[in-house]
Amino acid sequence: MKALETLGRWIEDRTGIWEALVRLARHPVPGKVGWSYVFGSATLTAFLLQVATGITLATVYTPSSGQAYESLQFITHKALLGNFLRGLHAFGASAMVVLIGIHMIRVFLHAAYKYPREVSWISGVLLLGLTLAMGFTGQLLRWDQNAVWSLVVAAEQAGRAPFIGKLLAHFLLAGEVVGGATLSRFFAFHVFFIPALIFALVGLHLFLVLRNGISEPPAEAGPVDPATYREQYQQRLDRDGKPFFPHAAWRDLVFGAAVILVVGVLAATVGPPPLGKPPDPTIVQADPRPDWYLLWYFAVLALLPHGTEKVLIVLLPAVAGLGLLLVPFLSNRGERRPSKRPWAVASVIAILTMVGSLTILGYQSPWSPDFDPPPLPDRVVGEVGAQAAHGAMLFHQRGCENCHRVGGFGGERGPELTRVADRLTRREMVLRILNGGHNMPAFASILDPDQVDALVAFLETRKAPGTEALPRTSGADPEPTTGSPTDPG
Amino acid sequence: MTHETETTDRDEGLLGPLNRRKAIGWLSAGLAALAATLVGVPVIGFLFAPLLEKSPEVWRAVGPVDGFKIGETTEVIFKDPSPLPWAGQVGKRGAWLRRQDREQFVAFSINCAHLGCPVRWMAEAKLFMCPCHGGVYYADGKVAAGPPPRGLARYDVRLRGGQVEIHTGPIPIT
Repeated sequence: MKALETLGRWIEDRTGIWEALVRLARHPVPGKVGWSYVFGSATLTAFLLQVATGITLATVYTPSSGQAYESLQFITHKALLGNFLRGLHAFGASAMVVLIGIHMIRVFLHAAYKYPREVSWISGVLLLGLTLAMGFTGQLLRWDQNAVWSLVVAAEQAGRAPFIGKLLAHFLLAGEVVGGATLSRFFAFHVFFIPALIFALVGLHLFLVLRNGISEPPAEAGPVDPATYREQYQQRLDRDGKPFFPHAAWRDLVFGAAVILVVGVLAATVGPPPLGKPPDPTIVQADPRPDWYLLWYFAVLALLPHGTEKVLIVLLPAVAGLGLLLVPFLSNRGERRPSKRPWAVASVIAILTMVGSLTILGYQSPWSPDFDPPPLPDRVVGEVGAQAAHGAMLFHQRGCENCHRVGGFGGERGPELTRVADRLTRREMVLRILNGGHNMPAFASILDPDQVDALVAFLETRKAPGTEALPRTSGADPEPTTGSPTDPG
Repeated sequence: MTHETETTDRDEGLLGPLNRRKAIGWLSAGLAALAATLVGVPVIGFLFAPLLEKSPEVWRAVGPVDGFKIGETTEVIFKDPSPLPWAGQVGKRGAWLRRQDREQFVAFSINCAHLGCPVRWMAEAKLFMCPCHGGVYYADGKVAAGPPPRGLARYDVRLRGGQVEIHTGPIPIT
């Protein structure tokens, strides 16, 4: 015991580490910081969890295009606690994204980015970008079918950049195609390159916290005036500042631990994202989707107005990123209380609503065809004549059902046709089928006239119960129909 | 006395004409720059090598001519022109091959012209459909619906010794 004490004293005398740590821990923070201040440190906690679990996974994971999938199968199904570790790493990633988002919103609503903390905000925005980059490259390391195709999508997007697009795309793919060199490149990005940048920026971020102090709750501080702010901050700190440890640190500790516990419970109960089909680029039965935090962007890519995407695909992310970086330069002084900054509150609500609804749309992805819809069952088709029944079969076979919904079956790419006869005449239907529309193929060269007749005969039976079909303006009479008996709508 | 000399010397080093101290300063900086270049050039060159190398394009046989029915579109699989030894299944390539008549074959890239997802041939509907953002193409590869800015990319096809051969190419970047 005595020897240990002597050793400790020797180390402290020669290094002064303990003294430095104590000084850091006891640095004064504004007296009234509360629970809203825990999200930054919680993000860091989630990052450290990622470092720990990531390094562990890397001891077995094989970053080779030909073997990564098998090594992940091994980690997931055979390695001791491998499944749990993957779960920790996956939910840790989600936690990090969520927490950095909340932290950023908190900072924005409290206008903590104003003088003198502009660089804290900028480094934070860069960290947000790097966090998303880690999420995306991490998804790629899963190296299943979804990963391969997500990577192709990313390369194609990069390919839209002006002038250097093609070079950028080939830089990402490590060649002109997805191949042996691709995965190890992303492994190096995910494991060395991006984390190194994150460490550097976290270092800067924390250094700035110490240098400029954490911002007081807006109500305490009053409007920011760069001429007097630092002086006033120091005065307030002298008056009612408290040492970071334990007054603020205990909340960080409790919340950080809670985050890890929640991640642990989710990892144990829900488990990691399942591995998809193998990364064989010749398996075309694929349904590539990004992980949840990029689904909103996936939706954006599907919904960009036709013709604008060549520009917007690069411009939108660039403007969004630049906009975030410039926030502190739009206004770095004045009022900080959210109640006095309605535009700030409104923009947070607008962005959350937008990202939220795009995410929901991304989940549903109604623009994607339903590739394997079952044939329309009898209860949906109802009692119709032979021609219309044949039409119902064609509706399934000839691709209509891939994009159109009838009675709860089929895709959602095109308009629902459960009651199409209530709004389109026979003539309109024929024209639409033959000529297509701006988002519908023209079937003139695909279907023969008898098939079109049968299809239209079927569609004419699709109407609300008890209503007459719209008057026909041309064409032969279809099967006589009375109100469709089944129409679950 | 010594102290004074040093001060003068430093002033000259910063502002005065080239002297020994300044020369050594530049020399040191130059040496450091040389060392940095020595590390930087190979690092950057290695990272960017894929941009400089063009992957070879070769003809790959994808099956006997008689194996394809006229009017049908089927997926064909062939090997990457120069797969790395550890590429495994990622060294495989796919294409949609359509036999138009006795002599005419057309090979389409399986990558959607929108953002590269694999399009599926729907034989009954005679359409290619993309699972990602809803792109649709006709049997001849022309855009039928959705966001793709152009039709499906094509590979060259030739018939040699009773075999259909495809001229390999990169993933088309729109």
